[in-house]
Amino acid sequence: MSTLTKQDTFQSLLDSASSSFASIRTQAKETYLTQGLPALKEEEYKFTSIAKKLESKIQGFKYALPFAVSKEDIQSALFEGFNGDVLVFTNGKYLPELSTSPEGITISSLSEVRNTPLGSIAKPEKDPFSALNLASFSDGIFVSVPKKQKIEKPILLLSFNQANSGQVIQPRVWIEVGDFSEVTFIDHSISTSEDSYFVNKVVEIKGGLNSHVNYYRLQNESKNAIEVSNIHTDIFQDSRFTSVNLSLSGDMVRNNLTLNLLGSNSEGNMYGVYLLNGKTHVDNHTNVDHTIPHAESNELYKGILADQSRGVFNGKIFVRQDAQKTNAFQQNNNILLSEDAIVNTKPQLEIWADDVKCSHGCTVGQLDEEALFYLKARGIDKNTATGLLLYAFAGEVLEKIEEESFRSYAISLIQERLGSKF
Amino acid sequence: MLSIKNLHASVEGTPILRGINLEVKAGEVHAIMGPNGSGKSTLASVLAGREEYEVTEGEVIFQGKELLEMAPEDRAREGVFLAFQYPVEIPGVSSTNFLRTALNQVREYRGQEPLDAVKFLTLMKEKMKLVEIDQKLLSRSLNEGFSGGEKKRNEIFQMAMLEPTLSILDETDSGLDIDALRIVSNGVNKLKSDKTATIVVTHYQRLLDYIVPDFVHVLYKGRIVKSGTKELALELEEKGYDWIKEEVDSATAV
Repeated sequence: MSTLTKQDTFQSLLDSASSSFASIRTQAKETYLTQGLPALKEEEYKFTSIAKKLESKIQGFKYALPFAVSKEDIQSALFEGFNGDVLVFTNGKYLPELSTSPEGITISSLSEVRNTPLGSIAKPEKDPFSALNLASFSDGIFVSVPKKQKIEKPILLLSFNQANSGQVIQPRVWIEVGDFSEVTFIDHSISTSEDSYFVNKVVEIKGGLNSHVNYYRLQNESKNAIEVSNIHTDIFQDSRFTSVNLSLSGDMVRNNLTLNLLGSNSEGNMYGVYLLNGKTHVDNHTNVDHTIPHAESNELYKGILADQSRGVFNGKIFVRQDAQKTNAFQQNNNILLSEDAIVNTKPQLEIWADDVKCSHGCTVGQLDEEALFYLKARGIDKNTATGLLLYAFAGEVLEKIEEESFRSYAISLIQERLGSKF
Repeated sequence: MLSIKNLHASVEGTPILRGINLEVKAGEVHAIMGPNGSGKSTLASVLAGREEYEVTEGEVIFQGKELLEMAPEDRAREGVFLAFQYPVEIPGVSSTNFLRTALNQVREYRGQEPLDAVKFLTLMKEKMKLVEIDQKLLSRSLNEGFSGGEKKRNEIFQMAMLEPTLSILDETDSGLDIDALRIVSNGVNKLKSDKTATIVVTHYQRLLDYIVPDFVHVLYKGRIVKSGTKELALELEEKGYDWIKEEVDSATAV
């Protein structure tokens, strides 16, 4: 049996890579070829054998080409009450003619902004998939918010994915937010086919001094989609970054979320819900790097797992020697609704400073029977009672979404799932 | 209204109730007393449908229907209400949303229209006065961070909202100070009518000064060993349970 850990698996992608960012690509290719795909026993991918999954589902890797979507397709994908700008992508390609232009923001294809320091935040040596994307992405988007801009309307990154089995979509996003600016992004992908395509996404975000950036993400792709994402953020002094990641579907999903706190008094928040059924496998690997004193990070991930689904949470908090007075909190709670569902949860704290406040906790349990009985004893049927309790469990995370239309949409989607499925 | 015949129940194979017989008619208040471990709370739990109790023998007829055949939610919809000894804290579920869901499911079962938000709030305000419960409490998650007294008051408030036919108060008095006890009892008394009945499960006679029973039953070792009027409760208050235990134990020894 061949194994996908060989470097030549994606050779055809590497060979046909675009000529933009040539030197960056060449280096990334070398990095990728040195690392190869993660082997089965590799610590970082121990519970998520993505290479094996790709091998079993995908033969011959080719780019998925962009395709046409109509204005109606876009309209019907918007959340009720959404009032913002929409950037449209098909198979990872940004389509300006179908997108709106947010006021005061520079947006273009990456290939048009050739001095963008791609790979300086999501460093290719940190993850082979990140390296692969950098070496072989076709094109991506460049978003720049100038200084002192409060962007009132949210920006929706709306991706339509429609690929055949074996095809690869490699979106790449670069976001830079100027000093004192505020902006909210919503990253939403929609599958328009049920095939086993592979998405390998990289997002790099740079938040300037005193900036506020929200990055909300909804993963609700086809049951057969395989996805790896690397979302890496650098934030500087007095700035705040908040990520809310909702994973509801997919075959195998791996999210690498990295937050580098590079300036004092910066605050990073990482929140997530994974609501899984069938055989969906979702792995959230988060990584917070406290490099300087007086910064804070908060992390809360909640999982609800039914059927034979599997959830993985790995939360790394790295507090460097200089990062005194760090506050870092992490919590991961899980409810298993079936005997066949599995959760692997692992806090990973490395603390080199001696004057810090760090805490972490993880729980894996079942639905609280006592609470369930209490609700039933008041006349509420079992399904509704279960839904109420599960929704209450996940609600703590959903409340963190400040943008109203997306929060309502996420809540109704999750309520619907809890009502119908569980 | 309620007819319990030869009820036996056990937990994990250990028998707790060993043949309970009890008749409750509309308009009556029955007090179930007894020493710790006699099975008082088990009886309340079995009637409400708690799943960890296994009924091994006997039957319970409630308004002509087999109560034990019903799921807990259907018992509630039929009009049985259990005021919990230990009300559960449920973070993230708002008290209002919970009550509205419960009330509308009960109403649907009874063939009534669901209440819209306005009517629901009006009803809520009216019933809140009954147990002197603060609006602030109800804007919080269900029972979360409530004091013992607030939780018990919330139980009676829920009872007022759901308008049960048969209310079972499981040690509602335990842990209450005099003021809270008075408020809770007033609420219960105002909800009484000649169409409803109340079963008060308690360890102490004190509560019965406020909620005056028509009948008092003493439970010991899973059976009702003595029944009487409210004077029996006073006698128990004065003499404790030992004389009853002795009476029963010597009788069984013979």
